[in-house]
Amino acid sequence: MKRVKSVYLLLFALTLILVLGSCRGEKEEGKESTLKNQSSQETNAEPTIGGSIVVGISQDLDSLDPHKSVAAGTKEVLFNVYEGLVKPDSSGNYIDAVAKSHTISEDGKTYTFQLREGVKFHNGAEVTAEDVKYSIERCAGITEGGTPLISAFSIVDCVEIPDEHTVEIHLKKADTEFLAYLIVGIVPKDVKDYNKNPVGTGPFMYDSRSPLDYVKLKKFDDYWDQEHKAYLDEVTFKIVADNSALVNGLKGGFIQMAARISPNETADLDKEKFTIYEGGSNLVQALYLNNAVKPFDDIRVRQALCYAVDRQAIIDIASNGKGTVIGSSMFPAFKKYYMPELSTYYKQDIQKAKALLKEAGYPNGFDMTITAPSNYQKHVDVAQVLVEQLKQIGVRAKIELVEWDSWLNDVYANREYQSTVVGVDAAYLSARALLERFTSEYSRNFINYSNPKYDALYEKANHSISDEEQIKYYKEMQTLLTKDAANVYIQDLKDQVALDSRYGGYEFYPLYVQDMAKIYKVTQ
Amino acid sequence: MKYLWKKVGTLIITLLIVSFLSFFAFSVIPGDAAQSKLGTEATEEQVKALREEMGLDKPVLIRYGKWITQFLQGDFGESYSYSLPVKEIVLQKMPIMIALVLLSFFWILVLSIPIGIVSAQHENRLLDYIIRIGNQTVMAIPSFFIGMIITLIFGISLKWFMPGCYVPIEDSFFGFLSYLIAPSVAIALPKTAMAVKILRSAIVSQKDMDYVRTAYSRGNTKRQVLYRHMLRNAMIPTMTFWAMTLVDLIANSIIIEKVFSIPGLGTMLITSISNRDYPVVQFIIVFVATLVILINFLIDLLYAKIDPRVSIRK
Repeated sequence: MKRVKSVYLLLFALTLILVLGSCRGEKEEGKESTLKNQSSQETNAEPTIGGSIVVGISQDLDSLDPHKSVAAGTKEVLFNVYEGLVKPDSSGNYIDAVAKSHTISEDGKTYTFQLREGVKFHNGAEVTAEDVKYSIERCAGITEGGTPLISAFSIVDCVEIPDEHTVEIHLKKADTEFLAYLIVGIVPKDVKDYNKNPVGTGPFMYDSRSPLDYVKLKKFDDYWDQEHKAYLDEVTFKIVADNSALVNGLKGGFIQMAARISPNETADLDKEKFTIYEGGSNLVQALYLNNAVKPFDDIRVRQALCYAVDRQAIIDIASNGKGTVIGSSMFPAFKKYYMPELSTYYKQDIQKAKALLKEAGYPNGFDMTITAPSNYQKHVDVAQVLVEQLKQIGVRAKIELVEWDSWLNDVYANREYQSTVVGVDAAYLSARALLERFTSEYSRNFINYSNPKYDALYEKANHSISDEEQIKYYKEMQTLLTKDAANVYIQDLKDQVALDSRYGGYEFYPLYVQDMAKIYKVTQ
Repeated sequence: MKYLWKKVGTLIITLLIVSFLSFFAFSVIPGDAAQSKLGTEATEEQVKALREEMGLDKPVLIRYGKWITQFLQGDFGESYSYSLPVKEIVLQKMPIMIALVLLSFFWILVLSIPIGIVSAQHENRLLDYIIRIGNQTVMAIPSFFIGMIITLIFGISLKWFMPGCYVPIEDSFFGFLSYLIAPSVAIALPKTAMAVKILRSAIVSQKDMDYVRTAYSRGNTKRQVLYRHMLRNAMIPTMTFWAMTLVDLIANSIIIEKVFSIPGLGTMLITSISNRDYPVVQFIIVFVATLVILINFLIDLLYAKIDPRVSIRK
């Protein structure tokens, strides 16, 4: 009998040791980090070479193939692995990457690239004009046949190689903004299955991954731009689906960096241990209206809604006061296109809103449904405030929460909805990424907006060679969207990035990317 | 032998029904795998092309037929969301589930046996009442809720473990195991309470048996009677319960993984459902169903083994 007892005693003791042991380890780690942090502040942050970092991301990658991945969350990681002929910089310009220079022909139909010499792939092979040709043709669906992998590349006619350092891309029709799409990754021709063997030219190379767990990247020593080589030796993107778990990971020292967390969550972090960066999320958040269904097919009703809402109040209540009021499909980070004056075009005016509704034949308001994707709390919160504000003009709105997948299918693809709160982002560094989607013929014009004037302006913008002329047309398009009250535009949300104070170098991009090559560990 | 064939028959029929139901459920719920994979940037043509490539444009029955033929040939397909073979990614997640289930099972054994015995020894006395009240309470709380409470108390307040910071087994086996302590305890507690209850009543029910009186009359002490005679008989219903618990543990581990952000089979199943990643979902469902049916089958065999009075009709 005694033996039985002592076995249990032993087991309990073992468990206790296991639990206590693991917790002591963590506490020590915590202490160490505060010490390091203090010393780093004394010596005034100097970048050092080496070290590693764990970055928390909210979703797993959909594909490691740069031409097949579609999720923004994947592109932000692959930005470090692949490079295009050109690549975006943090101020929104294109800098040459695999190419060393480029020229666009007068008619906007031929793009000529001089390739940089000595650019190496992660497998050691040098980038040749053949690889570039293959990559572009693969995107355009020329090499692998059938539909283009990236729809924007459907206008590519052919790719020619006049000599071994020059590549010419010929388009079927003039497009002066095609450069924006050429940030797409260049891949080696002789490697098969990029999802399993992701080989690019970026500052980091793929190391390993475990689905739903992590993706590990290693520094690429032979990076062509030796001056801008990565500082860190290793970057681990850790998938943490739940934001509160992400914050716990930051607090516990398991995760050193997290982008796109809300101000509510960063408020929980120790300001000594973390540097908080704040920037625009580059999303056009709006109450998108289905312009083809009643009552939103009437411009007066749409305008009434615009007059009914108090955008600043929405930001204060739903977004912690952080956010920039916007008035059209453009966010402030696109400086050259952004028109701040549009954000005050509709000031809250309940009387005017009611008058407009009466004129449109709804003196007592109407019932409406706001569809909101349940996985995006930031949009759901805004929808809730909207419901309250719309009550003031007698509009009875109710929220319908849907799964993201149902949203994609019902709202976005099939356009079976009345209104929805969501954020629209720009996939490329061009106003076109935000404005083309509302042209009548665009296959993903999910709000069913249709205005011949708008379409004509887009055609003009598309064919203008000079930047100024183009900007002028894009601005006119934005103004038209505002005047037509195509949607109830709300805000450009603020995103916060938390970075462990032992690291530095974070930079915001106008695109959805995380440039890990710029992150460094500070000297101790 | 006939018994075995009958069981195998049931296994196959059950699996067919389970796999068809889950396949059918997917065609009923809203959402489209092709649209989901391509996201907002894709054009209609691209979505249509992918849908054709995935075979989603065909009727459910034809798709099911095709899927099951390939499945039987050992071709489990490729995950839509990872573009990797289903078998590869699912098998990678297996050790996590096995570790979680075994660890929970370990807690159930270690906790329920002594508590059950103590409770029975003190039948209708103060200690027994305390144990029974505690038992009823724990039994009534679902494991995911216990998981949240554990996270709140031991994770966030006491900082004994870091909620959401799962340690991969490749990184550190010890770290992996210690992260699993909290979730496994969460799964084990309600089951432990039930196991205690069953063990206690099993022991108590033996008290008035003739063989017990005989044992006493032969001069055995209370302890000797308990451990040498009563416990052995009380083990029959208890062990059956343990075996059945194993099945429940698998189901519970799927939910608890989500609570503790463990990237295991459960998280994979739930993520795949929301991504409409049919091949992964089908594989996991069939796999878990097989496991459950097999364990039930083993329970039947085990039952006959412990208690010779229960014989399987040959």
